[in-house]
Amino acid sequence: MRVNYSQAMARAVQESLLADPKVFLIGSTFAGLSAAGRAAFAPVLQEFAGRVMAAPVSELGLVGAAIGAALSGSRPLMDVGAGSFAFQAWAQIANEAPNIHYMSGGQTRVPVTFYCLIGIRGGGAAQHSHRIQAMLGNVPGLQLLLPATPADAYGMLKWALQESDSPTVYLSHSQLLEDEEEVDFTAPMLPIGKARVAREGRDVTIVAHSVMVPRALAAADLLTRQHGVQAEVVDMRSLCPLDRETMVSSVAKTGRAVVADECHLSFGAGAELAATLAQDAFAHLKAPVYRVATPDAPIPFSPVLESALIVTPEKIAAGALAILDFRKA
Amino acid sequence: MGHATNVTQRLESMLRIRRFEEQVIQLSKASAFPGHYHVYIGQEATAVTMCENLTQQDMIFTTWRNHGHLLARGASPQRMLAEILGRATGYCRGKSGTLHLSVKELGVPATSAMVGGALPLATGAALGFKQQGSSGIVIAFFGDAALDEGAFYEAANLAAVWKVPILYVCENNSIPPEKRKRGQFPSSTLAAAQLVDVPRALQIQSEVVDGADADSLSECFRRLVGEVRTTGSPRFVEVRCTRWPGNVPVWPELLGGECSLDWAFGAKPELPELAAWVETSDPLLLYLRRLVDSGQLSREVAAATDVRVREEIAAAVRFAQSSPWPDPAEAPRGTFAGRRQS
Repeated sequence: MRVNYSQAMARAVQESLLADPKVFLIGSTFAGLSAAGRAAFAPVLQEFAGRVMAAPVSELGLVGAAIGAALSGSRPLMDVGAGSFAFQAWAQIANEAPNIHYMSGGQTRVPVTFYCLIGIRGGGAAQHSHRIQAMLGNVPGLQLLLPATPADAYGMLKWALQESDSPTVYLSHSQLLEDEEEVDFTAPMLPIGKARVAREGRDVTIVAHSVMVPRALAAADLLTRQHGVQAEVVDMRSLCPLDRETMVSSVAKTGRAVVADECHLSFGAGAELAATLAQDAFAHLKAPVYRVATPDAPIPFSPVLESALIVTPEKIAAGALAILDFRKA
Repeated sequence: MGHATNVTQRLESMLRIRRFEEQVIQLSKASAFPGHYHVYIGQEATAVTMCENLTQQDMIFTTWRNHGHLLARGASPQRMLAEILGRATGYCRGKSGTLHLSVKELGVPATSAMVGGALPLATGAALGFKQQGSSGIVIAFFGDAALDEGAFYEAANLAAVWKVPILYVCENNSIPPEKRKRGQFPSSTLAAAQLVDVPRALQIQSEVVDGADADSLSECFRRLVGEVRTTGSPRFVEVRCTRWPGNVPVWPELLGGECSLDWAFGAKPELPELAAWVETSDPLLLYLRRLVDSGQLSREVAAATDVRVREEIAAAVRFAQSSPWPDPAEAPRGTFAGRRQS
C-alpha cells in the first residue's frame, strides 16, 4: 500500500493498540504541524479515545509518568512533541528511564516509548529545531530509533510498542512526515539495530540518518548525473543499538566516507560515526572521513539565514567530491 | 494486611529499622562502603504504620532515604546490607548501593536519588494501575525538599487531572524550627505558609499528621489508604518529623551511641539535644513507653524483642561482609533488558 510517513506511524499505533491492551497514549500530536499528518492520526485517536490521556503542558511530569506507567505494567507511548521540548523533561529522559533496568540489577524493565519530532523544520528558529539524538546517544540505556522512510517509521514504532522491553526514544523528523512510498504491512518485523544500505555504489559511502537519508540519496543522484560517481548510501536508522559493521563494510568496499549529519558539527551523532570509521575502517580508507553537518550556531529564523546552515544534497555531494579529489592530490 | 496492629510486631518492625540504620552508620565509619548515605532514624513509625495497610500489588516509591521503607515492606536486611556494601548478593547485584535500592518483588520497582525524581514515576505507576483496571495503589514517600522541585507540581497536577490512586507522603524532617531562616514551620526553603497549601491549590485533599505518634499515624494512614482505594483519587499527607540530631551533621553521626530502650523509661542520653529529641520526638521510644505504660507490653518482652532484632541485624552484617564482590565483567552488562518477557 502506498502511504506517507505519518500514515505509516498511525498504522503502527493503531495495530499496537489493537494487539495489546497494555499500550496506551499520553498526548497525541504526533504529526506536529503537518495537516496531512494530523489527518492520518485523527481516526486512530478517535477510535481509541479512551486510551489517549489528555496531556497538560508538563513534559517533565508526563515523561516521568510514562516511565512510571511502564513500571506498573503498561506499555505507554508518550508524545514529547518537538524534540526541543525534551529538554524540559531531561531529568526523567536522561537520568531516570535509562538507569532503572541497570540500577535495579536487572529486576525491573521499562517498556516505554517517547516520541519526538526533531529537526530543522522551517521557521522553527533556535528553540524549535533541535536534533537531540547526539545528546541522547551519550546516555547509555536509551534505544534511539530514527526512521527515514515510511516502511521504517511503521516497523520501528510497532517494534518499540510491541516487542521492546527497554526505554526507546523514537525520533521522527518534521521534513519526513509527508514522504510517500509503497509499504508492505504484511512483511516480517524489521531487524531493529541493523543499518540499511539505501543505495549501492562503489566510489564513496555516504553515511546518513533521519532526514539526511533522502538528501544523501539526492546527493548520490547528483553525483552520478554530473560526475559519474557511484555513491553508496547507508541509512543508520538505529543510532542505539548502533550497527557499526554495516557502515564499516560499506567503507571497506568504497574506501571513502562522507558522514552527513543534521546535528551540529561538534560532538554530533556524525562525530561518533566518523570516529568509528577512523578506528575500524582505517586500513580501507583512501581519504580522510569527511563530515558535513550543521554549523555550530543556533538555528536562525529568517529563511535566508536558515537555508545557509542547512545540510543540502549539494553540500553532501561537494563533500564527496572533496574526498574523491584527495585521491588525485 | 490492613490488620497487622499487633503491637509487638509493630514495635519489632520499628526496632529493625533503628538497629539496621545504627549498623549502617557504623559500617560507614569503618569504611565498609564508600560514598554518602542517609538513615531513617526518627521516622520509623511512618514507614511501619503505612506498610501495615498495603497489599501485595501496591507499589511504593521512595528516595535515597529508603532503608526504612524497604524494611517495613518486608525486604531482607541481609540482601539490603549486601547491596549497601556493593556485594553480588545485594538486591541489585551491587549496581545501586544505598541510594537507589529497589526490590521489585515487593512493589518497589525503581528508586530515584534525585530530589523529586520519583514523584512523576509514582504518579505514572498509579496511572498504569488505573489503565489496567488494577486494584493496586501507589504510595510515594519523599522529603520536604521535593516540594522545592517543579516535578512535584507537575506530578501532583497530573494526579489530580487524571484522578489516579496515589497517596503522597511528605516526610517533613526539616531542620529544627529554631534553625530555620524564615522562622516558619514548613521548611527552610519553601515560601508556602504550609506544605499542604501547595497540593490543596490543585484540589488534592491534604492533611498533616504527627510523625512522632505511631497511633496517630496508624489511624491517619489507614483512613487515607482506604480513601485512595475507594475513590481512586490522590491524597497528600505531611508527616511532621523532628530531625534526629544524628542526621544534622553532613554525615550521619551515631550521637549518644546505639539507642537504649531504657531511654524510654527515665534514663537519659548524655547529649542534651539527643535527650530532648528522645523525650519529645522519637517515634520508637515514645511508642514503646506508651505500650508499657498502658499495659499492652511488658519491658521484658520489649527487651527480648530487641535482642532478637539485634541478632537478626548482626547476622545480616555478617552475611553482607562475607558476601562475594560482583564480577568486574558485570560492570558493562545489563544496560538493556533484551527481548520482551511479559
